[in-house]
Amino acid sequence: MGPYTLLRIERGDLEPGEPGQFFMLEAPGRVLPRPMSVCLATPRELAFLIDPIGPGTRALCALVAGEELHLLGPLGNGFDLDVERPLLVGGGIGIAPLPYLSRRLGAPPALLGFRSDWHAEAAALVPNADVCVEPTYVTELLPEEHVDVLACGPEPMLAALRALVPDAQLAWEAPMACGYGACYGCAVELDGELRRLCVDGPVLAGAA
Amino acid sequence: MLLNASGCLDALTAPDVARSLDAFVTKTITPEPRGGNPPVRVAETEAGMLNSIGLANPGRERFLAESLPRLRALGVPLWVSVGGFSAGEYAETCAVLDDVDAIELNLSCPNVDDAAETATEIVAACREATRLPLYAKLSPSTWDLAEQARAVEAAGADGLSLVNTLRGLALDERTLRPRLATGTGGYSGLALKPVALAAVYACARAVDLPIVGMGGVRSGLDALELLAAGASAVALGTVLFADPDAPARIRGELAAELAKRHLPDAASACRLAHSDRPGDFKLGNRLQESAANS
Repeated sequence: MGPYTLLRIERGDLEPGEPGQFFMLEAPGRVLPRPMSVCLATPRELAFLIDPIGPGTRALCALVAGEELHLLGPLGNGFDLDVERPLLVGGGIGIAPLPYLSRRLGAPPALLGFRSDWHAEAAALVPNADVCVEPTYVTELLPEEHVDVLACGPEPMLAALRALVPDAQLAWEAPMACGYGACYGCAVELDGELRRLCVDGPVLAGAA
Repeated sequence: MLLNASGCLDALTAPDVARSLDAFVTKTITPEPRGGNPPVRVAETEAGMLNSIGLANPGRERFLAESLPRLRALGVPLWVSVGGFSAGEYAETCAVLDDVDAIELNLSCPNVDDAAETATEIVAACREATRLPLYAKLSPSTWDLAEQARAVEAAGADGLSLVNTLRGLALDERTLRPRLATGTGGYSGLALKPVALAAVYACARAVDLPIVGMGGVRSGLDALELLAAGASAVALGTVLFADPDAPARIRGELAAELAKRHLPDAASACRLAHSDRPGDFKLGNRLQESAANS
């Protein structure tokens, strides 16, 4: 869909975890696995939305039916689903965790932003969604009344959302080597505390 | 004996992985807390990875008060990696550590400025400060590593950790800009293995100290090669990022590699690797015969 590939993997006995949690996916032929949040979970399958932007994601998108893949997860902390008026907000490949989140919350309204009509084809994965394309940004379309924002997207989008909705739950992204707290590649300093997005995130609520 | 390379595992977030090792080595502790370098801090390359974490750690006081008691409670032998920006800083941390199994002196982090003193002077200062076993972790960038090994041995080191990462650079394929925020970083993984083997081999001939060999170990055969080169223990680094089950797997593979060669132990592998006479591969045959006859 658009530039993205929806990689569907037979689940076996893997638990899908909570929306916003992620798995480390073996990237065939590469040194390190790649972190991917769960896009869809059915009783038989886990699906991951992948943007082929580098050698690892290209290798994952090039997989053909029947190939085996090593997965580690579910990892990290997902979204808190105990919310009254959820609004899902996603930008670009950051919509990846929203289809599963939408399903768990009973298809609440969603607001999705993309850089082109082609990228916006992926919006079909999220029900009940308003879609905008650059130069319009999701932050221009937020409702006036207070809603519980659950969001994932590029860092400038999350930063802008945090300024407008301080209590938003935001799923952050950072390059990471391991996904389970070992490498400190994804660590960020927040309020003087060193926090690893893989074990303390990727969803951080109301982070200052 | 299987360990983790410092900075490649957090025993508090992955206690089961730590328990699958014979000892856990902490991330390097410095006197003051450090947030580390700005992101991006890790980058995969064709045959390994770069990191520029920059010694992110909670600092000595918080480590002693919060982390150390929890690490002790895991029941895994504990090595503490110590860093600093002067010989005095290293020595101060060594002086306040007790009830740990060993101290590894990180004398060679490629991502922070070096201390003013030489590795030898730092080891000597730390020797004054502690009676705990002191392992000197050296950089493979040093041209005459064997000479440095002899110097730190004379200064009181009880063992060597070989090797730390090499400085490397990766460029973004699209923008051709450095992929790490700091530009260069420490290069680890598969490509480091021949470098580690050469370092261990040279130092095993130069000094009479136990050596923890590390660099690019992904399999039991890789571990066997390091042991043959002269290491008495092997540490796992980059492989742990991709495979937290690596310790048990590599342990099993190592036993199989020894058995396949009818070698009773790692020491006999080491005798083969260090035999000077070309015909001495017969030693292997003799060992095989004796194993077959026993």
